[in-house]
Order: sequence, then structure tokens, then C-alpha cells
Amino acid sequence: MSFSFVREQMVEPAPAPVNTAGPIAWARRNLFATPSDSLLTILAIVLLIWAIPPIYNFVFPNFLGGDAVPPGGTVEECRVETAGACWAYISARMSFFIYGFYPAEEYWRPNLVFALGALLIIPLAIPRVPFKRTNAILFFVVYPVICFYLLNGGVLGMRPVPTEQWGGLLVTLIISLVGIICSIPIGILLALGRQSKLPIIKTLCIMFIELWRAVPLITVLFMASVMLPLFMPQGTTVDKLLRALVGVTLFSSAYLAEVVRGGLQALPRGQYEAASSLGLSYWKSMWFIILPQALKHVIPGIVNSFIALFKDTSLVSIVGIFDLLNTVQAASSDIEWSSPTQAITGYLFAGLVFWVFCFAMSRYSIWMERRLDTGHKG
Amino acid sequence: MSDISSNSAEERSASTSQMTVSDTEVAIDVVGMHKWYGDFHVLRDIDLKVMRGERIVIAGPSGSGKSTLIRCMNRLEEHQQGQIIVNGVELTADLKRIDEVRREVGMVFQHFNLFPHLTILQNLTLAPIWVRGIPQAEAEATAMHYLERVKIPEQANKYPGQLSGGQQQRVAIARSLCMQPKIMLFDEPTSALDPEMVKEVLEVMISLAQEGMTMICVTHEMGFARQVANRVIFMDQGQIIEQNDPENFFSNPQHERTKLFLSQILH
Repeated sequence: MSFSFVREQMVEPAPAPVNTAGPIAWARRNLFATPSDSLLTILAIVLLIWAIPPIYNFVFPNFLGGDAVPPGGTVEECRVETAGACWAYISARMSFFIYGFYPAEEYWRPNLVFALGALLIIPLAIPRVPFKRTNAILFFVVYPVICFYLLNGGVLGMRPVPTEQWGGLLVTLIISLVGIICSIPIGILLALGRQSKLPIIKTLCIMFIELWRAVPLITVLFMASVMLPLFMPQGTTVDKLLRALVGVTLFSSAYLAEVVRGGLQALPRGQYEAASSLGLSYWKSMWFIILPQALKHVIPGIVNSFIALFKDTSLVSIVGIFDLLNTVQAASSDIEWSSPTQAITGYLFAGLVFWVFCFAMSRYSIWMERRLDTGHKG
Repeated sequence: MSDISSNSAEERSASTSQMTVSDTEVAIDVVGMHKWYGDFHVLRDIDLKVMRGERIVIAGPSGSGKSTLIRCMNRLEEHQQGQIIVNGVELTADLKRIDEVRREVGMVFQHFNLFPHLTILQNLTLAPIWVRGIPQAEAEATAMHYLERVKIPEQANKYPGQLSGGQQQRVAIARSLCMQPKIMLFDEPTSALDPEMVKEVLEVMISLAQEGMTMICVTHEMGFARQVANRVIFMDQGQIIEQNDPENFFSNPQHERTKLFLSQILH
């Protein structure tokens, strides 16, 4: 046996392979793949270089390299022409932004309301924590009553504080929480009513939903605060905050009803039939079979409505209720802190607060959706 | 189809003795029943008397109204004319009566219709607990008993989405049985299944038949019809064309339409 082929010349060494890992390779693959990609990348970098430093300087205080006046600074610093955001003003007026005109010596009452709320809502939001039923009853039934008496006073020797003095973040949270919590059951009932086989109920629900959806919230609030008193008998008054609450709740429940209806219609008919064939009554099959699935399907839509509601609460400022945005607006004409960036800092702060709450809701809903997924597109 | 009928000749002779059909007790009585969908006359003048313990197979081409007929028997569909009396209760618009009938009549669907957001065990115990008012522990014990009967007790804590089609359909049968119904309706229970899963579902249905359950099955499984049915009903265009015991139905069909259908379905 002899070899039929023996290589006589060595193969030229191949060049080292192009780096396929690490930041440089990543950039080459994602940012500079083609000439137009490279152009867009360079343009984007230029844009960022142009935009970021001024924003950074405006928002961050001196010790972080910016021009903003940190909390604890003085109004004189804010009046310097090159000064950025006047955070000193925000921290100085913080209690006004949180409590509105609520008497300062009674701040412990809203504080207690905040603390109790957090204490109840956090375990409610974490599925692992036991005693959900007790927790839910405490939060949805007992807590609102306690809140009302705590804030309103007039009992147990607490001095009465009329709702006209409530304000700031306190009022924003009250309106949105009450709106969210009350609009869920109303919205679900409206959605079910709209699908009802009983013509009267169906017509009433459709009329209600279409009426409220066709009117801007501002109109609703104006009607509630200006028109409603004209129709009421002389001498009777309904609290302004309460009227706004009812308006916001009904408005939001009409929207929610349509979201829930989408979920109801997405369920296969077999689910209704299976529930019926087992002898479950209408309400039982809704409660155990239909609604849990329908609501799960429309969590994104529901949370969307809640986020919209939360932001829409700022419209109550139009009827003279001092919610967060209105307190910020009122404080921006405060001579004591008057400076070039006073108003814009206030709005920045209000925007930030709204964003924090809405973003939290959004993340929680995404997390909840994943948790409720049982691996079946039913 | 054929494996079912061939493997169980002795099973059949052994079990037929238990399959007693009542001569006097009527389970379902359909009298002169008509149903329309709008202008479309789906069911025409149906007369059908089902005795307690009877096992009826309804066959026929698609669109012949066979599913609609059994769906009328627990009022998933309403009829416009005639009478349907189930366990002595006439089905009318009265919701109380409808619920009364549904409690005693189990139904198995083509697409299983399990509740995907509940575990298998919860699927089985929901109706006993909330319709019959049975305590949870007892309902769970019953559920496990029936899960063992359909041979999947180990799946109790899974969700329906994690089970195969055959397993889901067996769970669906167990779910109906947990209500301890007097009558079981099957609406093409094997039509949505992969061929290799048909057998496991049919086996459960056969054992149910052997215990003397009153059953009405809409199915294309002619082997099953031959083995367990006392009567095969052939429907076409909303009418009952022919009915007979399986022996005669398959070997000696009377009507032309039946002959055509059988020639197409049995090869």
C-alpha cells in the first residue's frame, strides 16, 4: 500500500476571522452594517450630542455637573440667568403640592391615609401574601370609610376640614383611586348588560355607554359643577369633589365597559355553552368562567383606561378643584419664588409624578399578564 | 373504527347483560319538534323517545341537524314548535326548568370546552360545588374518582392547555360525570381528535355504556355504534330518515339515502 496523494505545498494561512463578539463586533453588525446605517448612526449621535447636555444641565444640580438649584437652595440662586431647574422651589412648596390647602397642623391625617393605603395595597398586589379576601374587604370597604372620616374630620374630636381645602397629590390620588375602583364593577355590569338578551337592559346600557363616550370629560365636569346645582332644589348642595368623583367614575366606566365587551366577545362560544350545560346559572358562569377569562384577555386595555383616567384627573382643575397639576399651576405665580425657571420646574415635577404612577401601573399589568398565563389560548 | 368492534366480541357478550333498558321509564321524549334558524328549517317534525338506559347513536351527513337535535335536549338551542320532555321536565323558556334539566344531563363537546383558566381538578369540582352545593372535600374526592376512571388522576393539578386532545376530552367526560347526570349527550366527541387518541376516548364511552348510562351520541364512529348502541338513528336534512338496531341498520338499511351514506362511510 502506498499513498496515492501527498500534499507538497502548504496551504496559505487564512487571515484571522473577523471578531464576532464584543462591543466592536456588535456595533459593526448593528450600527454600521451598510452605508445608510452608518449615516443614520452618525446623525443620531450628533442629535444626542446636541440635545443631551442642555437637558442634563437643566435637570441636574451643580454637584452633578449641571446648572439646577438643588433642594435647600435659595431663590437668589434660581434667579441667576444661567440657572437650571429650581428644585429648591419644589422642595419648599412640596407640602402644598401634596396636601393643597389642607391645614398644616392636620397633615398627620392625610399622612395616615397614605400610610394605611400603602399598607393595604402592597400585600393586595403581591399574589403570594395570604388573607386576600380579608385584605380586599379592608381595602375596598373599610379603608374608604376610614379615609373619609379621617380627612373630613368632625368625628372623634377631629376638626372638620371641608373638601375645598383638600388638594394636591392627595386629591389626584383620591379621584383616580375612587374612579378606578368604582368604574370596574360598573363597567363590567354595563358590558354584560350590553350583551343581555333582555331588550330594555340592553338598550339602557347602550344608551348610557354611548352617551358618556360621546361627551368630553371637560363637558361632564362642567355639567357636574355648573349645571347640576341649577337643577337641584334650592338649598341642597352636593359636594363639588363628590360631583367630580361621580363624573369621572361614570365617564371611565363607559370606556371600561367597551374594553370588557371586547374580552367577552373574544371568548369562544364553547365556554358559555360548557358553563350552561353544567347547570351553572348566568351569574355563576359569568363569575367563575367567563369574566376571569375575559378580563385576563383585556388587562392591557383595562390598564390603558386606568392610565388615561389617572391623567384625566388633572382636568378637574378646570372646575376649581386643586389637584396636583392645579396646585403646581397656582404655586407657579408665587412671587416669593418667582424666577425664570419656576413654572417649567413645576410642570416638570408634575409630569414626573404622573409618569411614576402610570409607569408603575403599566409594569404591574405586564407582570400580572405573564403570571395569569396558563398556556392556553382559550 | 374496526379495532374497537373486533377486539371486544367477548367483552360485548359479557357486558350486554348489564345493559338493561327500561321498558317503562322514558328519559327523553321529543314530540313533533321543529326548529328554525330564521327562515331555515333545521329540524322538521322530530319524534324521538329515549328510554332509560338506552344508548343511541345519531348518524348522518354534516348539516343534517344531528348536533342541533341533541343541543336542543339541554336547551343550548331552543326549539320553536313541539315538545321536549327530559326526565319528566318539559323544556320551555322557564330558566328554572332549564337549569333543572341541565343539572341532570351531561354534555361532551367536540372541542372539549374545558375551562382553560382552571386546573383539571377545579374544572371537575366547580359545578358540583356551586350548582349542587357539595362540600369541597367531597367534590374533590368524587373528581379524583372519575379522573381515575378516565385513567388520568396524575393530571389533576395541571391546566387543560398542558394536556393532549384525548386527555382533555376524557377530562371533559369526567367533568360531566362529576355532576352524576342521568343522561349523557355526546356531540361528536372524537371528531376533533388525532386518530391515535380516538380509541382512548371511545374506551371511556364504552365503559360508561356498560354501566347502563343513558347515552345519546352524535358520532361517525360506526364501530362504536355497532358495539354499544341499542339503536342507530339516521338523519338527513333535518329529519329522522330511519332508525333501527345496529345489526339491521348496517346490514339491511331501508332507505336509499341511508344506503348511500353507509356506502360512503364504511369501506
